[in-house]
Amino acid sequence: MTDLPNGVERREFDGRERLATEGEPVYGEPTDGTWRAWDPNRSKLGAMFELGFETVFDGGPDERVLYLGAASGTTVGHVADFSGPTYAVEFAPRPARDLVSVAESRSRLFPLLADARLPEQYAHVVEADIDVIVQDVATRGQARVAIENRRFLADDGRLVLAVKARSEDVTAAPTDVFDRVRDQLSETYEILEARRLDEFHTDHLGIVARPR
Amino acid sequence: MSDRTGAWFEDVTRHETAASATAIRSGSHAEPAPWPELAVESGAASDEDDYYDWLHDATVVATADAAQELERADDRQLVHAVRAMDDCRRTANELAERLAEWAGTVDDDPGTGVAYARRIVADETAIEDETITSLAERVVDLEDEALALEERLDRVAPTVAPNLVALADPILAARLISLAGSLEALAKQPSGTIQVLGAEDALFAHLRGHAPSPKHGVIYTHEAVRGTAPANRGSAARAVAGKLAIAARVDHYAGDRRPELERELAARIETIQARDGATESTEAGTDD
Repeated sequence: MTDLPNGVERREFDGRERLATEGEPVYGEPTDGTWRAWDPNRSKLGAMFELGFETVFDGGPDERVLYLGAASGTTVGHVADFSGPTYAVEFAPRPARDLVSVAESRSRLFPLLADARLPEQYAHVVEADIDVIVQDVATRGQARVAIENRRFLADDGRLVLAVKARSEDVTAAPTDVFDRVRDQLSETYEILEARRLDEFHTDHLGIVARPR
Repeated sequence: MSDRTGAWFEDVTRHETAASATAIRSGSHAEPAPWPELAVESGAASDEDDYYDWLHDATVVATADAAQELERADDRQLVHAVRAMDDCRRTANELAERLAEWAGTVDDDPGTGVAYARRIVADETAIEDETITSLAERVVDLEDEALALEERLDRVAPTVAPNLVALADPILAARLISLAGSLEALAKQPSGTIQVLGAEDALFAHLRGHAPSPKHGVIYTHEAVRGTAPANRGSAARAVAGKLAIAARVDHYAGDRRPELERELAARIETIQARDGATESTEAGTDD
């Protein structure tokens, strides 16, 4: 089992070892003092930690993160708990409202209502040389989104990507979709690790990559 | 400052939260830059922590405001647009009928409907009476207005209710929201109500005890309902309404896309339509 980043621990909740971070509870998850459980069934990144991916997060206040597809803030709240400045991009207004309330109690979590396919919409706010980009967008063209957002990533930074096969093409076989995404991605990124998340999320592929 | 950097904080100062939020919302820039450093260097923020505190206040306000405005605006806009479209079309058809009756008294080659009005307008020599051609122009304008509204619905509906639009079409999605009053109201309707939205007259006749219960309201225009044999249409309508109810709830409460809904509905309709052949041959005509 690989090391977890600083600020992420395995702790016992109701007799079961679970991932946890320190911060204000967000979605009624179990807590233990200041620690709150991180549900891998509700979070692709949480699932990747559970499955032992080398996600290359260090954790700590100097780590800068760009999170694309923050949705209601379930996962990005945990990321902000263990990282430094965290930019959270979400396109849909309804979940963005919940994201704002997650951000209110986290002083280094910056919510942005913008389209992750159009980085110009937020490049005046998100700083350069980001350490980790986490991407979990449910739209077509997920490889494109990763490539477009390369501009934010430090040369030694990492991309942590969850690909949802159904968002790409509902009718195609997930393995074909994943092959296509990996192909497209490899113009810009070198894939370090890629495994399916089926244990927690059906038809999803987890990818860790670094810029070429 | 001589060189413009494109930073969000360029034209605002540290404690103007509202103006800072506006700058976040309205700005854009091609490439990122080390904004925190630039802010400290230019004296906009006293140090990096100060910068991040400022950014936090500004982004929270900007995103809360933007989300609220979009949410508020869009489903109301949709309701107005679909009602205006229906009004334009109904009026165009009514006037077209009147026009056809009148023009028929002077035209050797009379027609019917909006298409006839278009012909009168296109061919200036067809009818000499300017009052009649002017009336035809009104009909055509109204129909064009309805088409423009329809285009707008096609554009706006997917941002308001992406799952509903994926299952139905933009117009039907907008009609359902309009009949319920808002997306929130639709999300709170049970699927049995959604099934008969738009068939209120028939429903109340049924409740008064002198009519059968309606099988469907406006969802009749859904291809899965219309494309199913009459005997099984009730089942199809129920299946469609069930998925639409879920889609409306996802659109209102969660907002993400759930493509599996389309697949599930397609599979269900396939099963129901497979019965069509069987029911017709035995003339059972049951509505399970």
